[in-house]
Amino acid sequence: MDWVNAVVQGVLLGGVFALFATGLSLAFGVMRLVNLAHGQLALLAAFATVSVAEATDWNPLVALAVVVPAMAVLGYLLQRGVLDHTLAGDGDPLRSILVTFGLAVVIENLLLERYSADSRGLAAGTIETASIRVTDDLAIGWFRLIGLLVAIAVLAGLALFLARTRTGRALRAVADDRATAELMGIDTHRINGIAMALALATVAIAGVFLGIQTTFAPSDGNVLLLSAFEAVIIGGLGSLWGTLAGGITLGVAQTVGAQIEPGWSALIGHLVFLAVLVARPTGLFPRTAPA
Amino acid sequence: MSGAAAPAGPLLVVDGVDAHHGDLQALFGVSLAVDEGDVIAIIGANGAGKSTLLAVIAGALRTTAGTVRFAGDDVAGVPGHRRVEQGITLVPEGRRLFPSLSVEENLLVGAFRGRPGPWTLDRVYELFPLLRPLAARAAGTLSGGEQQAAAIGRGLMANPRLLLLDEVSLGLAPLVVQQLYAALGAIVDAGCTVVVVEQDVGQALGVADRVWCLLEGRVSLSGVPADLETDAVTGAYFGALSGPARRS
Repeated sequence: MDWVNAVVQGVLLGGVFALFATGLSLAFGVMRLVNLAHGQLALLAAFATVSVAEATDWNPLVALAVVVPAMAVLGYLLQRGVLDHTLAGDGDPLRSILVTFGLAVVIENLLLERYSADSRGLAAGTIETASIRVTDDLAIGWFRLIGLLVAIAVLAGLALFLARTRTGRALRAVADDRATAELMGIDTHRINGIAMALALATVAIAGVFLGIQTTFAPSDGNVLLLSAFEAVIIGGLGSLWGTLAGGITLGVAQTVGAQIEPGWSALIGHLVFLAVLVARPTGLFPRTAPA
Repeated sequence: MSGAAAPAGPLLVVDGVDAHHGDLQALFGVSLAVDEGDVIAIIGANGAGKSTLLAVIAGALRTTAGTVRFAGDDVAGVPGHRRVEQGITLVPEGRRLFPSLSVEENLLVGAFRGRPGPWTLDRVYELFPLLRPLAARAAGTLSGGEQQAAAIGRGLMANPRLLLLDEVSLGLAPLVVQQLYAALGAIVDAGCTVVVVEQDVGQALGVADRVWCLLEGRVSLSGVPADLETDAVTGAYFGALSGPARRS
């Protein structure tokens, strides 16, 4: 029963991993931008929530209503003001990698300056410990269940937005062929800004959920980035639902790993990632011929 | 005609334009003028600068000298995506449909910043009936001819005043090319001025009101098809014959 429990907890954890990875996938899909500051941006959202919660006494989940739009605006401005300039010209990916790496260092140090190196947590109240008892050995935490459901809802909303709206269509057109999209009258810089706004909005939600589940410190960004990368690659680049599958696979690998040996959680996650990379380099749900 | 506020002068004037691809100069002082309602053909061998000229007109490439005036306005500083709103749309060489989008979505993207006008989804499906059953299919799975029809339809969805067609016939079966060119009449009748770039000289001379020939980035010949002698065209096209064969 412990194993069933481990798998169930992994699935629940996976939703937030997927949410966390979605922004990375979106930025890469639309702009071919590898955002190495993704983990630090998630932490920025989590720390901002700490500040908002302290200042207002709100539950962190309520503070999301402020933090998510703020991160979306930051994403738009960051893309238009900084990152777009690294994409201009020959499109050498090295430039954007270096700039986002620098950004990661800057954000990390600003967080250290403002919040010190101590680990912090976000307290969401009784919802954190409430659970549904399925059997004597298996309980599903309400908070983790909400995390998974929120992740699924956000991914579904994003999928609908991309499939049904005019702007969503434009985003997909830019992802397919940027130069031709420009010829069709699409302001591709604006689309870039919207894509990064969505990326940071989703990463803000993920950051706050992770912050409630566990403690976090300014130096945790790169570990977060790594798990986001793993979820994206396991699921297959460019597929939203693949990212969900990737997140869940990673979540299950980590909780089952912890079940084998408490210290092995991250290790088993990395091993599963490497195994997928060897067996299916394009991921579980590669974006093949468009469906 | 009295009282009609007809715009003075040609719809498009390209005057003394130079353009570069990196360090390589592709156009040398190219000039041409296009009257509203005409079909213009630009012919020339591979690498003569035809596609470069269209890219300059569509705003995908900056000029390094000279001016491009559209409907009387200098459009040199207008970025490509704004020229669609002004009424210039390019159907690029190689179709360049968005492969993961459906045919209908491709058409809708064409209308993203389009102007109001006669072209709607229904009108495009009327013009190219073969597209209607393919509406939900991913564009990447179409045949070359179907893709070209969809690409022209996507361009029309912007309701352009000036439609630029780059290498429509490239890689397509003659029968398919014939069908595509048959649609040109309806496009012009709907109020569109058309510039076609063609390697197939016979095709170009057949449809155009006026022809410009490019050779190594320069205009080597221009005129009304009926007035052009085959030898002169051949000379202007390949550069094999110089001065004497050129009509003055």
